[in-house]
Amino acid sequence: MPVANFSRGIALKIAVCLKRVPDTTAKIVIGADGKSIDENGVKFVPNPYDEYALEEALKLKETAGSGETVVYALGTDASQETIRTALAMGIDRGVLLQSPPSADGFEVAKALATELKGGGYDLILFGKMAVDDYNHQVGVMVAELLELPCISAVAHLTVNGTALEAEREIEGGIEVSTCSLPAVLTCDKGLNTPRLPSLKGIMAAKKKPLEVKPVSLGAGTLSTVSLTLPAERKAGRIVGEGADAVPELVRLLRQEAKVL
Amino acid sequence: MPSILAVMESRSGSLRKVSHEVLTTARRLADSLGATVDAIVLGKGPVAGAEELGAFGADRVLTATHDQFELYSPDGFSATIAAAAAGHSAVLFAATATGRDLAPRVAARLGVGCATDVTDISTEGQNVVVTRPVYAGRALQKVRLGSPAVVSIRPNTIPAAENRKEGRVESFPVPAFTARVTVKEIKAPAQATLDVSEASVVISGGRGLKEPANFKLIEDLAAAFGNAAVGASRAVVDAGWRDHGAQVGQTGKTVSPGLYIAVGISGAIQHLAGMRTAKVIVAINRDKDAPIFKVADYGVVGDLFEILPKFTEAVKKVRSEQ
Ligand SMILES: Cc1cc2nc3c(=O)[nH]c(=O)nc-3n(C[C@H](O)[C@H](O)[C@H](O)COP(=O)(O)OP(=O)(O)OC[C@H]3O[C@@H](n4cnc5c(N)ncnc54)[C@H](O)[C@@H]3O)c2cc1C
Ligand SMILES: Nc1ncnc2c1ncn2[C@@H]1O[C@H](COP(=O)(O)O)[C@@H](O)[C@H]1O
Repeated sequence: MPVANFSRGIALKIAVCLKRVPDTTAKIVIGADGKSIDENGVKFVPNPYDEYALEEALKLKETAGSGETVVYALGTDASQETIRTALAMGIDRGVLLQSPPSADGFEVAKALATELKGGGYDLILFGKMAVDDYNHQVGVMVAELLELPCISAVAHLTVNGTALEAEREIEGGIEVSTCSLPAVLTCDKGLNTPRLPSLKGIMAAKKKPLEVKPVSLGAGTLSTVSLTLPAERKAGRIVGEGADAVPELVRLLRQEAKVL
Repeated sequence: MPSILAVMESRSGSLRKVSHEVLTTARRLADSLGATVDAIVLGKGPVAGAEELGAFGADRVLTATHDQFELYSPDGFSATIAAAAAGHSAVLFAATATGRDLAPRVAARLGVGCATDVTDISTEGQNVVVTRPVYAGRALQKVRLGSPAVVSIRPNTIPAAENRKEGRVESFPVPAFTARVTVKEIKAPAQATLDVSEASVVISGGRGLKEPANFKLIEDLAAAFGNAAVGASRAVVDAGWRDHGAQVGQTGKTVSPGLYIAVGISGAIQHLAGMRTAKVIVAINRDKDAPIFKVADYGVVGDLFEILPKFTEAVKKVRSEQ
């Protein structure tokens, strides 16, 4: 559990960057352009890792006693719905940076950084990655552009005044890092349990400010050549039933698959 | 002549296995572009294995030594690599926890985008083209990069291969940097095991194991293989049976081992997202209709409590004869 002990009365200003992504169980159908998915009938949700960021922002503000939380989403008008979900969770206001998507995370990072710069934020929170593009990069890039300290994939956070201590998982261990505010963090599972919007929250969200600002992204250096479905794994086989199947399984693993 | 920079990863003064995979990939790319390969090694002092990087295709090995490089230094490493990247047409990282933090930092400093977690890499003319799983492995995106191409490679997807080059060691000066973040320490996880994202064999248990103590059955099988890591489904991680680091799947780790064995795991789409790129998949489940059997190369239907001890015995026997 994060422990913050800001002295009461110190306002904390937190930004959260939020992406609208297809529900993780959505069936993927390749679109007519062969480069993107067919969005017909696909349910969209807030990026699951961004929900950890939203929850952390709300919790830190509650602990601090006062402050402001702002959510930023870059996307088409459809992202307004995603922003409203964040407002329903309790975020104070939203900003939609209106733009078509880009295959180049750096272009998205530049647009977000331009907007966030000069916002006076103590903390800027991201998800560790978006579950559509798996890019794993926008938060870290924004931090580099703003020359702010950044710890990525944070699974545990302690805030003490302006000092942060964060834990992130690395192969075979947990890396413990420190930095001080203002800072950028990208959030991993384990950080907290995101709250669900309450009915009251949903009603309140309708009246919260949502500013729409058109932005235009650069062409970038990355372009999608194609999007394809992965080859189906060739149909496997049932080797047998129960412990009696073990000798045959071992034989196949040795002689056919050559993994034993 | 163009050149490729391969970023080597080390821990406690030794190179990590994934570094050879990155270097092998860099060599292949260099050969098709007519380029040379520089491997860069960062550390507080000498890193064991750096002098032998010529074996995996490094023409030059750049060693960057700094007092603050005992552990990862996000700001120091990115400043150094960005400086070393000058004049290179591609910079390759491993898509590990460190590489995933570092690659976008370096890309931003170089003013370009980056392609992360790639599973295949090739060239079209002078352009680097990569393939990367997106939408939790339910689609493959092919991306063309400009120059320099900043790429991170998913561990275990491109096997290391020897290809001897000179591997001349030169020291590379670390530029001045401001350490905005300090890595204090690396703590051992509560359950110290081989990491699932890098092991060549992963054996995962799910809710079918009934209770945490029964993971002993999985651990025994892993021990019999010798080189195996123990993984878990989210259901058992959320229940507190295993560390989050062991979780395989969309909100856990993505693994591509040579062999993945799913025991008492139903095969929910979010679990499949993390392991469907394994080369060989074995499933043990008592429900013959469990979705895991749709992706398994070899399935055994039945009670895991009956099957696992026999399987472990048989693997031990094979191993002892090898
Ligand atoms: C946004 C989101 C993200 C998620 N991310 C992940 C993720 O990263 N990883 C993940 O794993 N899940 C993830 N999930 C959860 C996923 O949907 C499943 O709930 C979970 O994978 C189920 O775990 P399980 O297979 O262990 O349990 P179950 O689905 O309960 O399956 C248990 C299996 O054990 C078998 N079994 C029982 N007893 C025995 C026995 N004696 N012998 C043999 N077999 C037996 C049963 O037949 C059954 O198939 C996610 C879900 C959501 C919504
Ligand atoms: N279009 C976007 N709008 C707002 N935030 C974004 C957008 N794309 C990415 N992000 C943020 O950056 C994080 C990492 O995304 P990515 O680098 O695309 O995997 C996400 O979890 C979001 O917090």
